Amino acid sequence: MTETGVAGAAPVLEARGIVKIFGQHRALDGVDFAAHGGEVHALLGENGAGKSTLIKILTGAYQPDGGELLLEGAPIHLRDPLQGQGFGIGTVYQEVNLLPNRSVAENLFLGRQPTRFGLIDRRSSEAQAAGLLARYGLEIDVRAELSEYSVAVQQIVAIARAVELSGKVLVLDEPTASLDRNEVLRLFEVVRGLKARGLAIIFITHFLDQVFDLADRVTILRNGRKVATQPLAALNATDVVRMMLGKDVAFDHQGSALAGAAKGAVRVEFRGMGRKGMAPFDLAVHEGEVVRVAGLLGSGRTEVARLMFGVDAAEGGEVLVDGRPVAIRNPAEAVAAGFGFCPEDRKIDGIFGDLSVRENIIIALQAKLGWFKALNRDDQVELAGRYAEALDIRAADHDMPVKLLSGGNQQKVILARWLAIDPTFLILDEPTRGIDVGAHAEIVRTINRLREEGLALFVISSELDEVVAYSNRIVVMRDREMVAELDGQDIAPDAIVQAIAGTQGTRP
Amino acid sequence: MTRQTVDLRPNGQPPVPRPRPVAQVLMRPQVIALAAVLGVNWLLFPGFFSITWQDGRLFGSLIDVLNRGAPVAILAIGMTMVIATKGVDLSVGAVMAISGAVAATLVSAGVSAPVAVLAALAAGLLCGLWNGVLVTVLEIQPIIATLVLMVAGRGVAQLITEGTIVTFSDPVLIFIGTGAFLGLPMPVVIALVLMVAATLIVRRTALGLLIEAVGVNRSAARFAGLSAGAFLVAVYAFAGVCAAIAGLIVAGDIRGADANNAGLWLELDAILAVVIGGTSLLGGRFSIPMAVLGAIIIQAMNTGILISGFSPEFNLVVKAAVIVAILILQSPHAALLVRRLRGLQSGAGK
Repeated sequence: MTETGVAGAAPVLEARGIVKIFGQHRALDGVDFAAHGGEVHALLGENGAGKSTLIKILTGAYQPDGGELLLEGAPIHLRDPLQGQGFGIGTVYQEVNLLPNRSVAENLFLGRQPTRFGLIDRRSSEAQAAGLLARYGLEIDVRAELSEYSVAVQQIVAIARAVELSGKVLVLDEPTASLDRNEVLRLFEVVRGLKARGLAIIFITHFLDQVFDLADRVTILRNGRKVATQPLAALNATDVVRMMLGKDVAFDHQGSALAGAAKGAVRVEFRGMGRKGMAPFDLAVHEGEVVRVAGLLGSGRTEVARLMFGVDAAEGGEVLVDGRPVAIRNPAEAVAAGFGFCPEDRKIDGIFGDLSVRENIIIALQAKLGWFKALNRDDQVELAGRYAEALDIRAADHDMPVKLLSGGNQQKVILARWLAIDPTFLILDEPTRGIDVGAHAEIVRTINRLREEGLALFVISSELDEVVAYSNRIVVMRDREMVAELDGQDIAPDAIVQAIAGTQGTRP
Repeated sequence: MTRQTVDLRPNGQPPVPRPRPVAQVLMRPQVIALAAVLGVNWLLFPGFFSITWQDGRLFGSLIDVLNRGAPVAILAIGMTMVIATKGVDLSVGAVMAISGAVAATLVSAGVSAPVAVLAALAAGLLCGLWNGVLVTVLEIQPIIATLVLMVAGRGVAQLITEGTIVTFSDPVLIFIGTGAFLGLPMPVVIALVLMVAATLIVRRTALGLLIEAVGVNRSAARFAGLSAGAFLVAVYAFAGVCAAIAGLIVAGDIRGADANNAGLWLELDAILAVVIGGTSLLGGRFSIPMAVLGAIIIQAMNTGILISGFSPEFNLVVKAAVIVAILILQSPHAALLVRRLRGLQSGAGK
């Protein structure tokens, strides 16, 4: 992709060929990144693209497995964020990382208070704090506790502290996620002021409109690789979304491969399902149908899945399975109705690390049968063997703890767990995330095979090519609302990208 | 409805369940530790292993170890289940006091012994349910939630006994603490029956696996369709009942309810027994028989120090040393070391 640097100046902070490996997974694979003084550089990418890994390497929280960091042209090695701070690289996170029950002045100067006769000089500290914040357009009582102020003010205090401590590079990691519109505008004023002072600002967000509002250039990551670094003036929202979601797919291909594929009767139907912060939706999934959800991070994809499975209780709405209403108030009732759910975060919500592969496979069926009707050992061995073979789960034996398996095999174990209950409806949240390429292809094939065998599937995926190639229908989400539904011949990458980008850009 | 089948090719070689040879069980660190402690006792007191038959029951130091260890063993059976869910129950000692107080006060008031026993067990169940609700519904950390009853429980017991030691001469209650059945002391019989029954229930049903699943990963358990809360309440209730049984034994033994001292600090011995038995405080895999073995090891040490003539103060230090030794033996580092040593041996043998 084209590289367009800011003419003339050398970058303040540069990363060259950064590689970071977790286990067998390459989180970053030769990523170049350069932030120049006096620019706001947005960093975009879906979950798992490597954004946060890159930020952690830039600030010193992680050490790269390959590549190098340069600060003003000289190589640096960061052991921890404190050292990064010493080099002039400051970070402000979404959750304000300060002490809420101390005063604003104390928070600003914690660890380096002005002293007088060896004691903290409070008066001078407060005067300095007030002077400092005035430069950020904040006229507040610096003696008051930080928690008395709004998140936006706390955010600006955190920025002031980071800039005073560091002063060369400022990393803003989702700073606007908990701010309202006016607060965002105020924060942007502060950021523009810092840009004018010559700081290099790295801005991470999932609000596309804010990127266009504030940033000069954008670097887009996908699957641990850099897709592009470009000035935003040359781009529109559709271009950005397309780069984030990938365009490896043949774009001349109109419609899904499954367009017009036969599908059966309605298997599950959700009517008016919703809850606070999630617009009610209607959706029916047929036998032998894959419905995919497309949408950016934070658009409400996972929330829909959690509502369907009863993880979060729905406020209103009803669920019908094969035309009969069922109550789904918790996952146990969902499992009883024949639903299965492969959650996005395998480690936290999916895997029982210390239990064996066999036990991990039979656990949902056992939960469904109840504690009294135990599957005997022979049945367990048979079930585990059958599904391990069907899904090609590679484990030395099925009595070994599942935590010793690779990510891809763990994902297959969770899939096997749900197939073992003979499900009516399967929800897969990012089933191919963080697993190696081989296992990735197998999971995609398995989903397709399950569809052919008549299962109703609801799949969340950030991979646009996958979404297009293997779906009967696509639901597009934006701002926690289902905004579009594309069926059969309408399924095309451009249509999806436009639906996702939608009206974004009209917000602040 | 169509049935989703996934390629039902017959599986060539199902993984063969590995049998557990007797030698492997005997080589466990707990068994070795018990043998070592008993061996030391025998050196200190040559008559340690002699058992005599007298008045229709067995007598001897070994029987005494089992008899004295029974209350902690019973507590440990309940505690194992709680710890398997990543919890802990600090209140069992206090629940013992409540149970003893309820039984003693009722028989003193002329209530029949079976009713008094049932009331005491019900009191234990109630205490366990209380703990379970605090942990599950109010989501209080188990160590804090059960600390409430650990402190308050003794107060409740004192309120029941009105601050006195309530003595009784009811033959049924006394039999529970001091009687014999088939030559074995009643406490030993009760502990044995409870151990076998609890082990069968958790291993013949899916209860054991489901409790382990909740302990290993509560969030994943929820996603897999388990009602984690119900299991949590159940294990605390069970621990409460176990504590009530232990409380009845202790009360029967001294023919009275001492609200201040019955079961004092025994929760710590019970936790220790479970940990010695190899159940991790982080939850997950558990073994009831091994926890009972842990309780016997603790009691064997107590008895050994008593009969050796050392002052009881040594008890605590020696206990600590043995426990550290067992924990080191159980640690993954030790397992690695053993594997390396074996590797060297087999290497040298070639």
